[in-house]
Amino acid sequence: MSAPTPTSPTTGTAGGTTLRRRRRGPRTWLAALPLIAFTGLCFGLPLGAIAFGAVTRTDPVTGATGLTGEHLARSLQGPYLDSLVGSVELSALTALLGGVLGVLIAQALVTSRSTALRSAALTASGVLANFGGVPLAFAFIATAGISGVVTQLADLTDLGWDLYSFTGLAVVYLYFLTPLMVLVIVPALDGLRPQWREAAQNNGATGRQFWRHVGLPVLAPSLLGGFVLLFGTAFAAHATAAALVGGSVPLVTLKIADALSGNVLTGQENVALALGLDMILIAGLVMAVYLPLQRRSARWLR
Amino acid sequence: MAAMTPTAPRADSAEAATGAAPARARRPRPRVWRGAVLALAGAYFLLPLAASFVFTVHVPGQGLTFEAYTELLGAEGFTRSLFLSLGLAAATIALSLLLAVPALVAVRIGSPRLRPVVEVMCMLPLVVPPIALVTGITTVLRWGPEYLSRTPLYQTFLAVQNPDFPVVLVLAYTVLALPFVYRSLDAGLRAVDVPTLVEAARSCGASWPHVVLRVLLPNLRASLAGAAFLTLALVLGEFTIASLLGFQPFAVWIVSISGAQARMSVAVSILSLLITWLLLLVLSRAGTNPTTVSAEPATSRKES
Repeated sequence: MSAPTPTSPTTGTAGGTTLRRRRRGPRTWLAALPLIAFTGLCFGLPLGAIAFGAVTRTDPVTGATGLTGEHLARSLQGPYLDSLVGSVELSALTALLGGVLGVLIAQALVTSRSTALRSAALTASGVLANFGGVPLAFAFIATAGISGVVTQLADLTDLGWDLYSFTGLAVVYLYFLTPLMVLVIVPALDGLRPQWREAAQNNGATGRQFWRHVGLPVLAPSLLGGFVLLFGTAFAAHATAAALVGGSVPLVTLKIADALSGNVLTGQENVALALGLDMILIAGLVMAVYLPLQRRSARWLR
Repeated sequence: MAAMTPTAPRADSAEAATGAAPARARRPRPRVWRGAVLALAGAYFLLPLAASFVFTVHVPGQGLTFEAYTELLGAEGFTRSLFLSLGLAAATIALSLLLAVPALVAVRIGSPRLRPVVEVMCMLPLVVPPIALVTGITTVLRWGPEYLSRTPLYQTFLAVQNPDFPVVLVLAYTVLALPFVYRSLDAGLRAVDVPTLVEAARSCGASWPHVVLRVLLPNLRASLAGAAFLTLALVLGEFTIASLLGFQPFAVWIVSISGAQARMSVAVSILSLLITWLLLLVLSRAGTNPTTVSAEPATSRKES
């Protein structure tokens, strides 16, 4: 910021750098304006509508609108609370499992000397991490559903297997969460420089000591950040569950969809808005943890 | 590496006392471990794909048949929903890049103070799950008939919800795509020394559109391609918003036929995975291929 000050008197005479610098300010500001206006309109407006609808009630007779905590209170009791708890449980479990499995696979890839295997696996992770939603649900129905190929070949039903349950849903979620963890954590594992390991060994550290005092502390922000990202992804997932279990597993996303499409009772829109607000608060909490962690881990990965 | 050579024997001898020599023992152990992990992961990720394929071509009692695939093109609504999804994807990619690229470049070269604002604007949608966003959108859309039916704005509300090409979905998808587009472009811009490039181009007398289109964008090719791919994958697979707003793009269509034609819905699911895979390969190729630069001058001339 100090550079423009000494040169500003010459602005009028020499049109060079200073003139450009002066003209650049307002112009660049304008270039960011469409984005800000767009998010304000297309994101801010629905967000405002959620917040407004969740805490107000319009009297059908008089048309008067007043503040109320009723919708939020209803969204936190009975079946709605069960669905929130169910969602959090499922997300935490799958994020933990997916995180551990993802780290194991990533470490296997990073230490592998075959670059072909590594790049193929990373591309596959990129595709599979995006292979959530409806197609994934149908692939699993064909594989392990009631008349699925593997179910019939291996008599899974006799073993107590049920795809349309909490466990089944967790197995399906892991299918896109694990590759996501691989994608997130491979750069971090790459960032563990061999020099650090050598330095630790030079000082007589064992493998376990290296991981305990060097590897894990450096990786911790990335690991936690990855877990939080997986949690958020699983928490927000709706299409997979909707196509797979319908309503047999209580999940908050399914409850919102039911309330919105009027499957339960009419006049549920405000409860749907309140549930939406609950979700945003939980997801906001998750991101408030994730983003600083990501920034912290980025420090080591240069 | 120089430090490694002289000290390795010492590590060996030090460890010999405890019985585990890391330099020696580490080599063979991870191989077994690594092979087991990769084999198990491969089995878990390939099994559903293989089983789905078997499911689509093997009808119990009839043997092999490829009907699920051959009847696909003639299926009611297949082409319509697929083209709707592709159109939505193209519009979303165009809109999100048109919004994000100027803003991010501007923030890099001229208005660093706007940077946190733009970052927050782009990353905030991550906090709002699609299902929550759609509750807000339906509420806003309901205002149309309730409050605005006598104003000209009402026509906009109707046009935005035209089932042939629902613009409201493009807007919603752009919001959802912004975090990914932002991250991809931000990473790309971080790898390029933007101020130096701009100063150099400006010193050589290049106009501003020229600088952006022929100097900056070619350098961002890979991240533009990455952003486009992520957006495309997002739009092609999107189910929540479209189904709750009552439109029928590809993912919603798959669910709608699943009851009557289970085999075909699985066949389409496999195909959509293959399509995503192909697009990723094509785009990653496009991102690194230098010959694509030749496509730039056309846009540059048109713009300036």
